[in-house]
Amino acid sequence: MPDAGASRFRRMRDLPSSHMLGAGTAMCAGCGGLAALTEAYDVLGENTVFVNAAGCMSLMSVYPFTPFRGSWLYTAMASAPAGAQGVRDALDVLRARGRITVQEDLQVVVLTGDGAAGGMGLSATSGAIDRGLDFIYFCYDNEGYGNTGQQTSALTPHAAATATDAGNSGFPGWKKDLFALWAANKPAYAATIIGGEPLDLVRKIEKARSFSGPRMILALSPCPTGWGYDPKLSIEIAHLAVKTGIWPLKEYIDGRVSHTRMPHPRLPVEEYLKPQGRFAHLFEPRRNEAALREIQAGVDAYWAPWEAQREA
Amino acid sequence: MRRELMTGNAAAAWGARLARADYLPAFPITPQTEIIETVAQWIDAGEMNCRMVMMESEHSMITAAGAAAATGVRVFTATSSQGLLYGMEMLYTVAGWRAPFVMANVSRGLAAPITLEPDHNDILAARDSGFLQIHCATCQEVLDASLIAYRVAEDARVRLPVIVNLDGFYLSFTREPVDIPSQDEVDAFVPPFDAGPTRFRAGKPMSQAVAVLGGTPYSYFRYETHLAARAALEVYAEATDAFERQFGRRYGALDAYRCDDADIIFVMMGSFATKAKDAVNKLRAIGERVGLLRPILLRPFPDTAIRQLLAGKKAVAVIDQNISMGMGGVLHGEVSAALNGSKDAPPVLASFVGGLGGRDISAEEFFEIAAETRRAAENGETPPPRLLFTESELREIRKLQAIAHVEHGSDEAEGNRNGEGEERHA
Repeated sequence: MPDAGASRFRRMRDLPSSHMLGAGTAMCAGCGGLAALTEAYDVLGENTVFVNAAGCMSLMSVYPFTPFRGSWLYTAMASAPAGAQGVRDALDVLRARGRITVQEDLQVVVLTGDGAAGGMGLSATSGAIDRGLDFIYFCYDNEGYGNTGQQTSALTPHAAATATDAGNSGFPGWKKDLFALWAANKPAYAATIIGGEPLDLVRKIEKARSFSGPRMILALSPCPTGWGYDPKLSIEIAHLAVKTGIWPLKEYIDGRVSHTRMPHPRLPVEEYLKPQGRFAHLFEPRRNEAALREIQAGVDAYWAPWEAQREA
Repeated sequence: MRRELMTGNAAAAWGARLARADYLPAFPITPQTEIIETVAQWIDAGEMNCRMVMMESEHSMITAAGAAAATGVRVFTATSSQGLLYGMEMLYTVAGWRAPFVMANVSRGLAAPITLEPDHNDILAARDSGFLQIHCATCQEVLDASLIAYRVAEDARVRLPVIVNLDGFYLSFTREPVDIPSQDEVDAFVPPFDAGPTRFRAGKPMSQAVAVLGGTPYSYFRYETHLAARAALEVYAEATDAFERQFGRRYGALDAYRCDDADIIFVMMGSFATKAKDAVNKLRAIGERVGLLRPILLRPFPDTAIRQLLAGKKAVAVIDQNISMGMGGVLHGEVSAALNGSKDAPPVLASFVGGLGGRDISAEEFFEIAAETRRAAENGETPPPRLLFTESELREIRKLQAIAHVEHGSDEAEGNRNGEGEERHA
């Protein structure tokens, strides 16, 4: 876990007991993205302007209602980071000209899904990183174009069945490593989170807030509708994603990647895969041993150097 | 005030500078680049207090421009052609945000085939976006229109972005004498941007650009934007009156040249209208009663003024520097719609397409247009639309095709498939 000592969130009981984000949104029951956003928003606070890219969460603010106590700007699918650039620059201009006070300034946060983040939004994200934009990039990653019915996106994992890869082998490609793309370009901060690990999550949001410059938060977002499981299992699935090592909880600071949780011993990946309808074809009508081995080998290969380091 | 020789691009940059634009998101494209380079130099030299940021595309540039305007600062930006189309999604979007700012578009023909020289298909593709459009014919107009544009865009009755259009090469790179008004005079004409309550501030949470469900709220907000654009006719008239009082130069929604006693009227937009003006003078010299009507405002469209100015004329020739594939000249359709149902509308409204990709329209062609339009007026029949192209040009094309190994036997088929002929590399 990130520096518990420096955090105001030392234990679970330190987590906020009431939430900033209003209830009754149009999100699906059990939405892992909404869980992560709810937890993060409590730390981001009201003086946040969300600059939204087209995705599931675009339907959270529907005229004349919004669950956000702070501000909101919907942009388009491809250019939310550019919208963040315009808002940040305008606030800087207003500050420099003395037209607003420091108390009137806002934290600018892009709110995007993985479809925009790994696809058409990548160019605008890249530009914002190049320019050292002072913003937080919050991506809820439900591993597909969820809002349109879970078609394959750049962040869909290997072998997952989607609306466009519904055949019995699922998506043949591999999940794009968005964290590594960011880390390779030396952001101020980058972290992976998951709603099922709220203490780890809030500490990372708290840490992200303490930096300026481009900061990325990537939240694996278990998605009952897109992944095919009962909404009540969302937290369970999140825990399994971490315990199997499928979803490493980590952060990037000052050129170094470190893990905030080392699952040990790691559970077999099939414990995570089995409850999800999108992976059912790996188990029924018969086990696809080759595919399961391949996925396990990928996770093992990811962890091998880190585990070796720990044991050394 | 002082007078300098400057390009249309420099005049656009001067407009941004004198209006004290706070923010300029930029992306380079020929023939617009001089605008952003000029501003960059002024910022570096401390002559202009503006934050400029290089974006990675026009789509992002227009997003940033709209987002900054929605946050409450004065924004200027500039693009051209492919860039305008690359940002097209955001043109509609930021206009719907009611984010007021000014964007120069340096008109350039659209691909394919890719070219650098001007026509108006780029700007007309933005016709229905919600951006207002001011079309310039001289470098002076570019500077003046930029100032007028801020007055109109930021007016509480309008609150819409405005495109100031100047033709690539013919204005962008052509030096003309331009009066540069003093900063004090411009400050009096363009007061500081008052964003009103629509802005982002801590402690005053605001949701902008939220989704709607269903056709009723959608229609309401779309109609509101349309009505604001219509209201801009009056706001533009007020702004140009104030401009005349302040600076002594008069701009209408239309520029009517020698129209009063004319029986035949050319209708044209942009810098090529100055060629038409020259032809009008030559035709007048031989006794032809010809005039020129140049829409300066394209959105909002000054339909009433057009109806009034064309009332009772014998015939009108609309010369479009654009082409709507499968339909013809766009301005011809617009003028036709304005005249529809009007009792004393001219009986003949002829359509000519020319000047595509910077192709010249010669004085002789204007004479031929006038002659054909007069013949039509006499026999009362509107002629079919004409695509201006001369025999000598066709001979030139045939030579190029021969070089490109196009078989003469299949000229027509090949002519329809641009660029597919084999190229011979020397």
